[in-house]
Formats: sequence, structure tokens, C-alpha cells
Amino acid sequence: MREMIKLFLVIVVFSALSGGVLAAIQNATQERIEYQQLKFVKGPAINKILAGATNNPITDRFKVTDSGEEITVFVGMFDNEPNVVAFESFGKGFGGDIGAIVAVDLNTDEIVGVGVTTHSETPGVGSRAKTDPSFAQQFEGIPIQEPVKVTTEGGQIDAVSGATITSKGVCGAVVQAGDRYARIKNDIMDKLKGFKK
Amino acid sequence: MAKTVVQEFTKGLWAEIPPFRLVLGLCPTLAVTKGVENGIGMGIATTFVLVCSNILISMLRNIIPKRVRIACYIVVIATFVTVVELVMQAFAYPLFLKLGIFIPLIVVNCIVLGRAEAFAAKNGVLASFADGLGIGVGFTLSLTALSIVREVLGNGTFYDIPVFGPSFEPFSFMIQAPGAFVCLGLMLCVMNMLGKK
Repeated sequence: MREMIKLFLVIVVFSALSGGVLAAIQNATQERIEYQQLKFVKGPAINKILAGATNNPITDRFKVTDSGEEITVFVGMFDNEPNVVAFESFGKGFGGDIGAIVAVDLNTDEIVGVGVTTHSETPGVGSRAKTDPSFAQQFEGIPIQEPVKVTTEGGQIDAVSGATITSKGVCGAVVQAGDRYARIKNDIMDKLKGFKK
Repeated sequence: MAKTVVQEFTKGLWAEIPPFRLVLGLCPTLAVTKGVENGIGMGIATTFVLVCSNILISMLRNIIPKRVRIACYIVVIATFVTVVELVMQAFAYPLFLKLGIFIPLIVVNCIVLGRAEAFAAKNGVLASFADGLGIGVGFTLSLTALSIVREVLGNGTFYDIPVFGPSFEPFSFMIQAPGAFVCLGLMLCVMNMLGKK
């Protein structure tokens, strides 16, 4: 009996110490890890659409809640004013959800740029929605509230050839971003008040 | 103790070099040696875990009861692997993305548990440190050698820098799984021929 208690105690103490050490390290690295994930997963898309911003949009970010979901909003400074915000939204693609960063001009409510972040589309076909800049460029300047569609559905976006479903997915992500933008714009404006330097 | 600390270190570099002499830890060896960067990264991560777990297990070898030793070793090893995982995410995120699942899988790398059980549980702290470092450096060298062969032949690059110029047609078989087996087999063969003398 005493032997068993001893074995039990050794394991408990070991696991507790290990848990404590890991919690401390997790705490210490959490912020950096979050930044690294943003930088390498969403960063390339954000930097492309917010090219020319005078700040670093990945550092200048804040969170707002939309129907119980936390959304990270990235701020782009142009002409010394934080007048562009970018956030991620999702649409249904051919192989799963497509994530896209949508950047919106706060003054005109027009789309500044769209960049695909994560997808599981067919390499070389659907994946061109991410790599082909001429597809993403079509979204620029469209009012965010306008329901974007591909041309085969009577819309204004030429689909990537051979990848209509993927293109529809990106449109879906942009439409979702529009709905979301309408709901969170006031929160964004509130947060940005403390932002102007 | 008959062997000196230096001998404990150097045996890992040739006489017991993993994975060629102790044919252990083949899973990461085969899977991550697609590129030199991956091979070195994996080697360094494993070395860190080996050294730290060897030191700690050697220090605690008189406290850990025999009957629960494996469980205790696994707790120690898993703790250090998680530390590596968090630190790599925080400071080398692109490498973390490339190595992916193989970082957490260091926990079940037979080399690490093998050294704990076969060496650190029976020897002093300094000797265990030397043993862990030697085996770790040996493992890193093996992974690097294997990945140099595979990356240069299979991709025509060394550390992502092209070596043959544009006219080279990569021997892409080498970068795929069968190439890993063939390459490892040939290297084992050479090592055995050299060792027989």
C-alpha cells in the first residue's frame, strides 16, 4: 500500500511540475506566437492589399466581437489617418472553406483589396484565385455592401477559368465581409478614436 | 566509470551514430530530410530534447521508482518537446510550418527514450549530458547528410539556393518517400562497408 502511494505521488508531482513549467512558457510566448501566425499566414495577404500603408498593419490590430465571435481587425494608415481596416472572412469553396482578407476604406465604404489566405482548392486550378493578381484586382473599388457575384450569375466578377466554384467562394467571403462590416463598423470607429496619433 | 566524458560524447559521432548505427528514430529521418533546412532544424530540436531530458533524468534517477520510470521519462521528454514546439513557433515559425507534426512526434522518438533508459538512468549527470549531446549531434549530422543528398539531387538546390543552374532537371524521385528509403539504405550500406574494416 505504501509503495503504491509513493508511486502515485511521484507521478502526480512530476506531472504538476511539468504542467506548471509549460504554463509559464506558454504565457511567455503566447503573444509572440500569435504575432508570428498572423505574420506568416495572414501577413502576406495583408501586406499585399495594404501596400503603401505607413504603419505595420499586423502590429496595429485590435479585436471586436460580432455575434459572439472575436474578429481581429487590422488597421492601415494612409495620409496619417487610420482610414483602412482589413479583416478575414470565409466562403465555401470547392475543397472547403476559403479564407480571405477584405480591406475596406472607412470613408467611402469601398473595397480596397481582397487577398486569399487559406484554402484547400485544387493546386494550379482553384489555387489561382490566390496567386493570380488580376482576379483579386476586380474587387477593388466595389462598394462593400454591393452583393458581388461572378458573371455567370449576372455579377461583375470574371471567374478564374476552370474554377467557378472557387471564385464563387471568394465572392461569398466578400459578401460575408460586407454583412459583418455593417454590424461592426460602429465598434471599429469607437476603437479607432483612441488610435489617431 | 571507465569511459571519460569525451568518449561518451564522441561515440555518438561515429561508433553509435544514430540512425545509421543504432537503427532508431527512422520515422523523422525519412520524413523530414526533404531539405537541408528541415534536416538541421529537426536535428537541433531533437538534440535539445535529448540533452535536457538526459540531464534531468540522470539527476532524478534515484528518486524515480523503477516501476513507474517509463511514465516519468515520458513526462520529462514530453515537457521538453512542448517547450521546443512553443519556442519554435515563437521564433522560427516558417520552420515550424515545414516540420509540422514531426515536432510533437519527437516525444515518441525511440532515440530519446532509448538514451534515457539505457544511459541516463544508470550514469551521472556529466556523462549523461555528454552522451545526449553526442547522440544529438550525431543525429543532426546524419539528417544533414541525408538531406543534402536528397535536396541536391531531388530539387537541384542546397538550402534553397540552386546549385546546378536552370538546365538541370531535378531527380524528383529523391524528394519523395521512396527516395528517402533508397537513400537511407544506400547510406547504411556505405556505413557498414566502412565499419567492417
